[in-house]
Parts: sequence; structure tokens; C-alpha cells
Amino acid sequence: MKLELRGITKVFGTFVANDSIDLVVEPGEIHSLLGENGAGKSTLMNVLYGLYQPDGGQILLDDRPVQFSGPGDAMRAGIGMVHQHFMLVPPFTVAENVVLGHEPTKGGLLDLATARRTVREISARFGFDLDPDAIVEELPVGAQQRVEIIKALSRRAEILVLDEPTAVLTPQETDELMAIMRQLRDEGTSIVFITHKLREVKAVADRITVIRRGRVVGSADPSADQTELASLMVGRQVALTLDKAPAEPGDTALQVRGLTVTDEAGVTTLDGVDLDVRRGEVLGIAGVQGNGQTELTEALLGLQKNVRGSILLGGEEIVGRSTRQVLDAGVGFVPEDRTHDALVPDFSVAENLVLDQHRRPPFGSGLSLKLKAIHERAKEAVREYDVRTGSVDSAVSTLSGGNQQKIVMARALGRDLSLFIASQPTRGVDVGSIEFLHRRIIAERDKGTPVIIVSTELDEITQLSDRIAVMYRGSILGIVPGDEDRDVLGLMMAGYTVEAAREAVAGGARTTDTQLVDEGEIV
Amino acid sequence: MSQAIEGSARPVAPGTANEPTPPASEENARREDAATLLQRIARGNVLVVVLAFVFAFLIGSILILVASAEVRAAAGYLFARPADTFRAAWDAITGAYAAMFRGSVFDLQGFTRVREDLESRGGSGSYVWGPALLRGFKPLLETLTVATPLIIASIGMAVSFRSGLFNIGGTGQLIVGAVAAGFVGFAVSLPPVIHVLVCIAAAIIAGGLYGGLAGFLKARFGASEVITTIMLNWIAVYGLAYALTTSAFTGANKAQPTSPSVGENAVLPLIAGSQNRLHLGLLIAVLAAVFLWWLMSRSAMGFRFRAVGSNPRAAEVAGIDVGRSAIGVMFAAGALVGLAGGVHILGTEHRLTGNVAGSIGFDAITVALLGRSGPLGIVLAGILFAGLSTGGRFMESNQSVPLDLVQVIQALVVLFIAAPPLVRYLVGLRSVDRPGAPRARGRRAASPAAAAPAPSGSSAAPASSSAPEPRSAGTDTKGGTA
Amino acid sequence: MSTAVQDPARPAAPSSEPRAAAPAAERQRSWWHLPAGLTVLALAALLVFGLRAPVGRGTSFRIAAPGDLNPGGILPGDVALPAGGTAIVCAILCLLIAGVLWFFAATSRALGRRARIALIVVFGLLWITAFLAWAFSGSTVDLGSLLQTMMVLAVPLAFGSLSGVLSERAGVVNIAIEGQLLFGAFGAVLVGSLTGSVWLGLIAAPIMALVIGALLALFAIGYQVQQIIVGVVLNVFAIGITSFFYGTVMQQDPTRYNQPMRLPIISIPVLSDIPVIGRVLFEQNILVYLMWIIVAVLTVALFRTRWGLRVRSVGEHPRAADTVGIDVNRTRWSNVLLGSAVAGLGGATLTIGTGVAFGEEMSSGKGYIALAAMILGRYHPVGALLAALLFAFADALQLRLGTLPSGSGAGIPSQFLLMLPYIVTLFAVAGVVGRVRVPAADGEPYVKQ
Repeated sequence: MKLELRGITKVFGTFVANDSIDLVVEPGEIHSLLGENGAGKSTLMNVLYGLYQPDGGQILLDDRPVQFSGPGDAMRAGIGMVHQHFMLVPPFTVAENVVLGHEPTKGGLLDLATARRTVREISARFGFDLDPDAIVEELPVGAQQRVEIIKALSRRAEILVLDEPTAVLTPQETDELMAIMRQLRDEGTSIVFITHKLREVKAVADRITVIRRGRVVGSADPSADQTELASLMVGRQVALTLDKAPAEPGDTALQVRGLTVTDEAGVTTLDGVDLDVRRGEVLGIAGVQGNGQTELTEALLGLQKNVRGSILLGGEEIVGRSTRQVLDAGVGFVPEDRTHDALVPDFSVAENLVLDQHRRPPFGSGLSLKLKAIHERAKEAVREYDVRTGSVDSAVSTLSGGNQQKIVMARALGRDLSLFIASQPTRGVDVGSIEFLHRRIIAERDKGTPVIIVSTELDEITQLSDRIAVMYRGSILGIVPGDEDRDVLGLMMAGYTVEAAREAVAGGARTTDTQLVDEGEIV
Repeated sequence: MSQAIEGSARPVAPGTANEPTPPASEENARREDAATLLQRIARGNVLVVVLAFVFAFLIGSILILVASAEVRAAAGYLFARPADTFRAAWDAITGAYAAMFRGSVFDLQGFTRVREDLESRGGSGSYVWGPALLRGFKPLLETLTVATPLIIASIGMAVSFRSGLFNIGGTGQLIVGAVAAGFVGFAVSLPPVIHVLVCIAAAIIAGGLYGGLAGFLKARFGASEVITTIMLNWIAVYGLAYALTTSAFTGANKAQPTSPSVGENAVLPLIAGSQNRLHLGLLIAVLAAVFLWWLMSRSAMGFRFRAVGSNPRAAEVAGIDVGRSAIGVMFAAGALVGLAGGVHILGTEHRLTGNVAGSIGFDAITVALLGRSGPLGIVLAGILFAGLSTGGRFMESNQSVPLDLVQVIQALVVLFIAAPPLVRYLVGLRSVDRPGAPRARGRRAASPAAAAPAPSGSSAAPASSSAPEPRSAGTDTKGGTA
Repeated sequence: MSTAVQDPARPAAPSSEPRAAAPAAERQRSWWHLPAGLTVLALAALLVFGLRAPVGRGTSFRIAAPGDLNPGGILPGDVALPAGGTAIVCAILCLLIAGVLWFFAATSRALGRRARIALIVVFGLLWITAFLAWAFSGSTVDLGSLLQTMMVLAVPLAFGSLSGVLSERAGVVNIAIEGQLLFGAFGAVLVGSLTGSVWLGLIAAPIMALVIGALLALFAIGYQVQQIIVGVVLNVFAIGITSFFYGTVMQQDPTRYNQPMRLPIISIPVLSDIPVIGRVLFEQNILVYLMWIIVAVLTVALFRTRWGLRVRSVGEHPRAADTVGIDVNRTRWSNVLLGSAVAGLGGATLTIGTGVAFGEEMSSGKGYIALAAMILGRYHPVGALLAALLFAFADALQLRLGTLPSGSGAGIPSQFLLMLPYIVTLFAVAGVVGRVRVPAADGEPYVKQ
């Protein structure tokens, strides 16, 4: 089916999310929509899927204008969507999720036998190994994504929209997903592939449309130069590397031995982790999301309950201490999800900046707050970090993602630290702010603070780290130098040990990413 | 006031006006250009409050008409003599509302009677006006008396609402506080001043512990405070009923389910003459309001309460003990409500009965909402609601319109104020907004479903929510919408 | 609305393959809750019911009443047992069951779900027998009439909690059950009296309760007002308005507006003469039969039909439901309305079901007990019914014990039994007997972009 968007405009308040966007997706092509976080890609697709009503413009399917008042209409017209945040009902089974909304019935009752058959048939076509009776919330994310794909295909979608589908996948899973996309394309399905990862676009797309600040700024085919695409996407020349002096590591400040965490259900989520971090170095922790990184940082912060093993910070044991005591020991922490874990949305910028410091002078005595000192601190931080806000009394939820992240960073770095931990320090942040935040992190390192960076973005890890630890299934598979071969890192993220990964790479193993490197397209 | 209950999943929006909440800024931004002056006025909160009262009283009028036998009799021959119907209707409504005013604010008849009486005895000047005014404002003083425990209890409610907890347990905490104060009041004998202070302390501690129990269940087991406090209400009700069958509480007269009066030293002194019931509790109410202000906007503890209420997970990560905060909030809330119970017993009731709490516990919820959980708002709303009930009581005896009418009006006021779009719709300003119009809101923010130790969700998350969030002008980026 | 069970940080699930299920050896951390709870109860039974029962006094259990179907007198009329002895024996058996559960839990051995439930049911029966033997010592327990009272008291609770199940499964918190019951009771009598037909009253009850349902839906769904607040305020509103009309219109002319009338008893021949359970199950008015039907229909509908799947999806993840074309708010509206109508039937039970006139605040907190029953019943129609029966049993006991001749019985204050449902619920929401899984989106308004 051919899809055409003409002059789609969507306005939220005074903010134009989509400004007269034109897009044509031919039948049987993989069309990549490339853009930064916040460029308006998801908004556009939500308009297409009937979740938002456009303020202007037209949607045409096979050259016939259509109007969707809701996702139901879009689905009936043959559009399927795999959402970035999965639209699955967690306690339902795979089969129930797949048929939800178009349930087969028999004699007035749900016909789950037919539903199971549907799941099995589509699974067989793509080689998925899915139990139709598995409860979705008990499945790993990769499998949940497949449920989403089956859901779309079971509705005979002829246009499939994939919204940032690779964010949660390992490189291997990403390759499998790309194979599925190609198979679908060859069967005649049109695919819209939304992403901000240049490598993936180049690997799979037939055509590329770049969106920036709600507008189409250009289109390209996959042979286009990578840096060209990058600057098109960002709107200016980007430095893909970070200038930093070599680290001058001092003595060991943090010593982690045999750190093991079990969750409520008794499952071991962190398994015997050993780590050392020295003063003045950045230890990067790489790995696919959900391999124990969250548990590691939370255990360091005293946020996990069942912790065994030892964490020595400056020679003092901090296992068993409360979060407050850990923070008091001089640990600065940037959590992975700022809106969920770091900021109090109703609080002002000033209040958020002292959230973890409000008990201590100069911001408060034990009993009451020193509003003046809090205000002064906020003004200083806003100036230093160039936070764009009307006033330090504005609610933090009115700020953009990049500015919010600056506040989280300013709070963590606002005092002398014995350890700095930043998890996903630049997730969902625009390129300009990324550079700034990265420089701040390196500056902290150069002050002699030991730094731990956790990121699922390999680029970020390799740019910042002096050493890299790769986590897989709750353990550290190995610690390698900061300039380790990307292929080795990629394989380690998939569960190879250092030796095995190096051997495999030496023997010619390649991930999709590095094939492109070889072709000289990635700097 | 509107955004307070309509705007977010939190019970009450942050009190101060200079903290723009995202829904407000977004809505304003979206409509700025299209807004006419009329609409801008219509959007104002004051107008919504006024209109809410107008509509509530209009509906109340309809109820009066339906209930009035005279009106129904006259309506029987409506077409023969329509004027009769209208006159009967007018009389019924004005009679009822005039009685309400007379019973709650100023009693002109009483004032005139005293004045004429004194003048006929040759008095003049302040010798006449003083007593006459005191007599005239007797209803207002009674209103303040009724308002006293209501205000204190509402302040307790406000502490929990502003900390993201729904304390529905006013009745239970009030009873426990009243029982503690009452028991110490009649079972113990202490010197003046000390006795009343000890009674009040007992009320505070008992209420605090009872509220804290719900906080503990939340902190330790993740039990929703909505359910536990409702259950604790009934447990307290039956517990009191049981206590009043025991000799420890009923004293000599075991057949009568009332306690003896509290000792003389335990009574809160009257402050407006022996003719009026107004007592020193009013001062305690004012102090409680000041305490609320200090706690929520100046104290470190209130800072933590609010942080946990808005985003428990972020608070936890910042080293705030979420469980302890939940217990603290519920203790503080329960202590204040318990104090209200104590003041009620020591100031007004003097003895325990099975129905000592009345409806104060539930009224306090509505008053706290009406007052936007702010100190000044609560004091005003408390006096307003107290006026409605004292006026209603007078109306009941004077015009035989049941007091329940007041309850209906109070409920309607809160409903209307909670849904400003409905009010605007009713006055024909439909274009301002529609029900279900797109509105960004704190998703799951401090939702009662979110147990304290399980910070399941809490973010009015611009970047993580799938809804695109408009940014204020001048910022360099937009959040993660793509 | 109750214990939230979402896990904030889902544990690391390596994405390459499904996380292996926790090995059997790793017990749930709450594994000891159930056996420990039962042990405490059994010990309490032993110490209080058994050892504190008056020595030498007996308790009679009336099984077959005269006139019951009792061919050849197979069943004894009254069974007289020693109070203390019976309680001690039952309590020891209870301890044994608790011991068995300890064994299975501690050794992580799988005990079939059915076997577990059977054990718990037996435990419950034994415990209650011990309690009855103690509480009624020196008197007679008429089991049939006790159960009959229970049934009458359970019906409004069951209807009320079904109302809660309907709306909360769709994600709308329903604190307004009390108001719905009250409106139902009021409407049934008013219309019944005005028309002189108790059947029209029966029809009017759900329609009247729809008013509260519609207001709840309008404010909670339409205007997205905080749902707990709407519920609380609507209860105040319902009490106010019914009391107002009771105090005016009904008082002015009770024969016209507030006539006590009663739905006829439909007795099923033969079956209704079965001892103990016959009258309870087969000699009731239509509302009781309706309750059974609604519970059955709702159970099937919620878990076996398209409608039920959609309702549950709306309560769990409304956005996901929306993306597959389900109208979230319409589903919520219809469920809230349906629920309030069901609660209206429960209200009718209070007046025309039991043949009394309307009285001020006659629901007297039953709506809140219904709410508790819904939670204890884990948002499941059958569970809600069982919880309603349990709470009603406590209430029935309280009434029965109140009429014991002085000098007999254990002298349990009626207030304690009245408190019981609330205390049980307190323990339930605290997770002592396993966590209650709340619909994930319960209480959250759904806003389309």
C-alpha cells in the first residue's frame, strides 16, 4: 500500500511539533524517518495512527484521502504500529494481547483456540519462538516486541510503523529485527522505520527522510554519507568525538567485591560483581538495558534491599547504609530516568536543586529551610549550567528534557564528591546539551573524582570512558581499555567473554555496525 | 482553585500561586490568542467559586420547592392562579435562605429586641450597642464555634493531601482524639491549665498514632491509605460504641451510653461571654493554620512530605526515606485531626457520646478541598461550611426545612468547584473548554494506587510520557517526543 | 486503590532469552504469611474458645428444624456438644492443618491449588465451629436461621461489591457504592409506594442508582476529577438528598411515599425443605436469585468474553486498549453505569427486599463494607460474593448473639463483631494473606491526545 502524508501540521499550544510535513512511502519499501529526540517523528506517526488529530494536512492511502478519528480507523485501513513503549496489557497472555480489539468469538465466548493458532502461524512465518499462553509481563523485552509485531500483522497491516524499535535490543537482536523487516518488505509490506541511529538506517532503509524541529529537512538514500546525514539531522556540523586529555588515575577510591543483589521474587539480578574505580578516571559500564546496570547503581546508592558483598568507598563499607548516608558520604548520582527517578515535577527548579541537600547547611537546619540560600544556589546553578528557564521558581516540569537533565547534573555535581555516578547521562537530550554535559563529566574527572558512567549507547561509553566494563545478565563479563574494538564490545554485550569476543573478531566476525565501519562510512 | 482538584491526580495542587503547574501553563498558552476578555474572566477561579455556590443554592432552591407542602398545594391549581404558586415558591425559598443567614451570621431580630429592651430601660450609646451587637452576632459566634474543630481537622487533611496521601480517616482520628482528651478530662484530676494541656496532648498523640497506623501499613505493606483509613474509621466508631458500654467510660450511669463531663480544669475557657459557646479553641485553630503554613512551605519535613507526595521515587533516590515520610505525614495529619477531636470535646461537647464526631471527619475533606489545602483558604472555607450548618440548623427549626439540605449544598459546591468546565458550560461559556479536552496532566502522580515503597509511577513526565509537551519559549530543545 | 503491585524497576531480564523462572528452592519472601496467620488464629481458638469456655456447659447445634425434609429422621434435630471440648478439638485440628501448610511451605513442596484451598476451607469451618461452640455456650445455635440471616445481610453487600468490581475493573475507583445503595433503597420504596407495585419499585431501584453512577462517571471520566474525592462527595450528596426527602416528603405522607412493602418469597418446592441450607438457597425473594445469576454471568463475562477482555484491558492499560480501537472512556462510562445499576438492586434489598420502609442513612456504611468485600475478593465476582458472605456472617452472628438469653454465651460485645469486617480487610490490604492485585490503571483518568 502506498502512503502519502501531505502538509501534516500538528500544534501543541504554541509549540509546532509538525510543520507541514510531506512524506511518501512506496509499497514494499523500508522508509526510514531519521531525527533527533524531539524532532517530531513520534508525533507524526501518532497523527498517522489516529492517536492525534492533525491541525492541517492530509493523509492519503493509495492516493485516496483518508481521515482517522482513532487508532481503530487506522488499523482498519491497514496501518500497524509497534510503539516505542509497548502497547501490551501486562497481565494478559500473548494470545489475548494479539487479538485484543478484534477478538474471535465462538458462541458469544472468546475463541482463544483461534487466537493461539493465529499467534502460532505468524510466529512460524518469522521463526519466533513464542508461547501463546505466556503472560506478557513475564516475557523479556525482545519477545514483547515480537508480540507487538504479531499484533500488527494479525490485523493484516500493509503499512507497519516501527517507532525506535532497536532501543531495547542487543546488536544481535537488532540484526534479527532487520531480517524480519526485510522479509516483510519482500512480502509487500511498507515499513516506516523511526530511529535516530544512523548505522541502522544505513543498514536497512531503502529511503531516508530526515526531520528536524518538526520539519522535513531533506531526504537521502542509504548510500548517503554518514556525517552528511548527521549534520542534516542535527542542523550543524557535529563533532562525533570528544576532546579530552588522557586520564591521570590516582589511587583506588571505590572497591566493589562480590556484590550480589536479589529481588523481591528471589531472582538474582546482580551476581558477584567486582569493580575498582580510581580517582580521576571514568569507568564506563556498557551493556544492553536490563542486564543489571540499574541494580548495580542502585546497590551503590543503597537503594536495593537484598545486597550481599562489599562496597568500600574511600576504605569505608557502604553496604547496608541508607541512601541518605551514602549521599552524605559524598556520592553524586544522576539516575537513568530523570523524570521518574530524579525530579519532583511539582517542585520548582530551586527546590529540585536541593532535593538531596535540603537538610544540610547552608540550605537548611534540621527543622526549617533557608529559602534565601536555596534561591542563591539555584541562581548560581542556572547560570553555570546555562539552564533555560524563566525563573528559578518555575516548576521543573515546564522545562525541556535537556534543561531538566542539566538540573539533575548540577544537583549531583554541586559539591565536592567522593564518587560520581551517572546513569544514561544524556538520554533524550539534544546534541548541543550532550556536548556540554559530556564536558562537565570530564571536568569532574579531571578534578580527581572517580566517575562511573552507565550507558546503553556504545558511542557515549567509548567517548567518555577510560576503562569499560561490560555487563551481561547481572555479571561483569570483563573490563577492557577505553579504546577497545567496537566489535569486541558488541559481542561482549551479547554475552561473549573478552577472550572469546576478541578471538571471534580476529576470525572475522562482524556486526552490522562494523560492516559499515569497514566500508568507510562511519567515522 | 480549579486546578487543585481538576488538574491532576494529586488531591490538591501546590498551594502557592507562583508555582505554575504544567497544565495551567499549557492551557493558557494554547488559548491565549483565542481568548476573549469574557472567557478570561470565566476562566478565573473566583468566578468559578462564586458560580459554584450560585448553582448549589439554585439546586437547593429546587429541593426546597419540591419539599414544600405549600408549594405543592399551590401547584395543584397552578393554571387557575399561577401567582399563588410563584408566591408560595418565593416565600419558601427566601424564607429558608433568610433563616439560614439569620442562623449563621446576624440575627437582626435578636439585635433589635435587645436594643429596644435596653433603650426602653434608658440605656444609650455603647451600653446599648455593645450588648445588642453581641446578641445580633450571636449566630456568627456560634458559627465560629462550629468552625473551630472543622478548621483544625481540615488542616490535618490538608497536610495529607498536599503530601499526596488521601486521608479519608478523619472520623476515626477525630474519635480517637476526642476519646483520649475526654478520658483524660474526666478520669484524671489535675491543676488548672495543666489539665487542659495534658488533655490536648493526649488528643494529639492518640490521633497521631491512629493516623500513623495507616501510614505504617502503607510504608510497611504498601496498603492503600484510602482503604485503611476508611476501615479505621469504622473500627473507631464501633470501638467508641463499645467503650461507652464499659464502666470505665460511662462512670456510674452504665445504662446511658455517654461519659461523664470532663473536669472543670480540662475545659477550654469561653472567650465571648457565657452566653456564647465560643472558646479558646478558635485560637488553637488559628495556630494550627499558621503551623500548616510553616510545615508545608518552610520546614524541611514538609519539603520531604511534598517531595514524596509528588514523586516518591525521586525522593527516595535523593535520600529521603519514603516509608518514614508516609508515617510522618499520616502521624501529622492524624495528630491535627485528633487535636480537632480534643478541642471539640474540651471546648464544646464536654462529654463523649457515640456520635461525638458527627460529620466533621468527612466535612473536613470537603473543607480542605474547598480551601485548596492552604491555611487561609481552609480558615475561610471552614467558617463558610460551619455557617451553612449553623444556618441550616436554624432553618430546620424555624422553617422546617431539613438540615440535610445543607449537606446537599456542600456536596454540590465541592463537585462544581472540582469541575470548572462544567460550571462554565452551565453558564453558556461552552467554548472555553469541553469535558475531556486534551490536557496534559501528571500521570499517576502520587496516585493513591501507588504505594509508598513501590514508586511505581509518579512522573508528570514530559519526556517519558508519550504526550508531546510543549516547551516554554526560549528553551533550547524539546523533550523526547520522537 | 489498594496495594500497588507494580514493580518499579523490573529486574534485569537479559533480553536474549527469557529469564529462567525462580528455582523452586527460592521461596517467595512472603511464604510464611499464610501458615503463620493460620497458626495464630488456631492458637487463639485454642486459648480463647477452648480453654476459656465455661466448664461443663454445652452448646446445641440445631441441624434439622421441625418440618424440614428429613426422611426417617436421618439427621438429628439438635446436637448437643460440650462447649469447651468441641472448641479444643476443633482448634487442635486447625493447628494440624496449619502445621501441614507450614511443612509444605517450608520445604517448598508444591501443594496443589485445590488441595490448598480445600485445607483452608476446612480450617475455616473448624475454626467457626470452635467459635460457635464458645460464643453460644449454654444455648442453641440454629444453623439454618443463622445462615438465613447471613444471606439476607449478604445480598446488599454482594451487589455493592459487584458494582465495585464492574467499575474498578474498568479503571474507575468506586467509593460511591454507599450512595448507590442508598439511592436504590430510596427509589425502590418511593416508586413502589407511589405505584403500589413492588415490582415497579424493583425496576426503579437500579434506575435511581444510575443517577449516582452517572454523576460519578460524569465527574470522574468526563471532568477527570479525582475519583476518590468524587466518590466521597457523592456519598455525602446521596445521604443528604435522600435524608432531605425522607424528612420532608416522606414524613409528610408516609402511606403515599414511604410504604413498607416486600417482594414475594419464591420458594422452590422440596429443595427448600432441605435442612440447614434449604431455606437459605431455595426460599428467597427474586433479588437473592438475581444475585447468584449476576455473579455467575459476570464471572463468565469478565473472563471469557470479548467484552470482559476489553473491560480488563481498559482497566490495566487504557492506552494499549485505545491503540487497538477500544473506546476507553465509553467502556468506563458503561461499566460505571452498569455497576451502579447492580448496586441499586442491592439497595432495593434493604427496603423492598426485607419489607421495611426507607430510613435516613439506612445503608449505614454497607457501601464501605461492600468496598472492603470487593478488595478482599480480589476484584473477582466470586471472591467478592464470598467476602460479602463472610462479612454478613459476622453481622448475623452479632445479631444472634444479641438475642441470647442472659447467662448464656460468651458475652462477646456486638461491637467487636461489627468491627470484624473492617479488621479483616485491614489485614487483607496489608498483604497478610497475599497481595491484592489492583487493576493497574485504577483511578487514573484517561486522556486522549
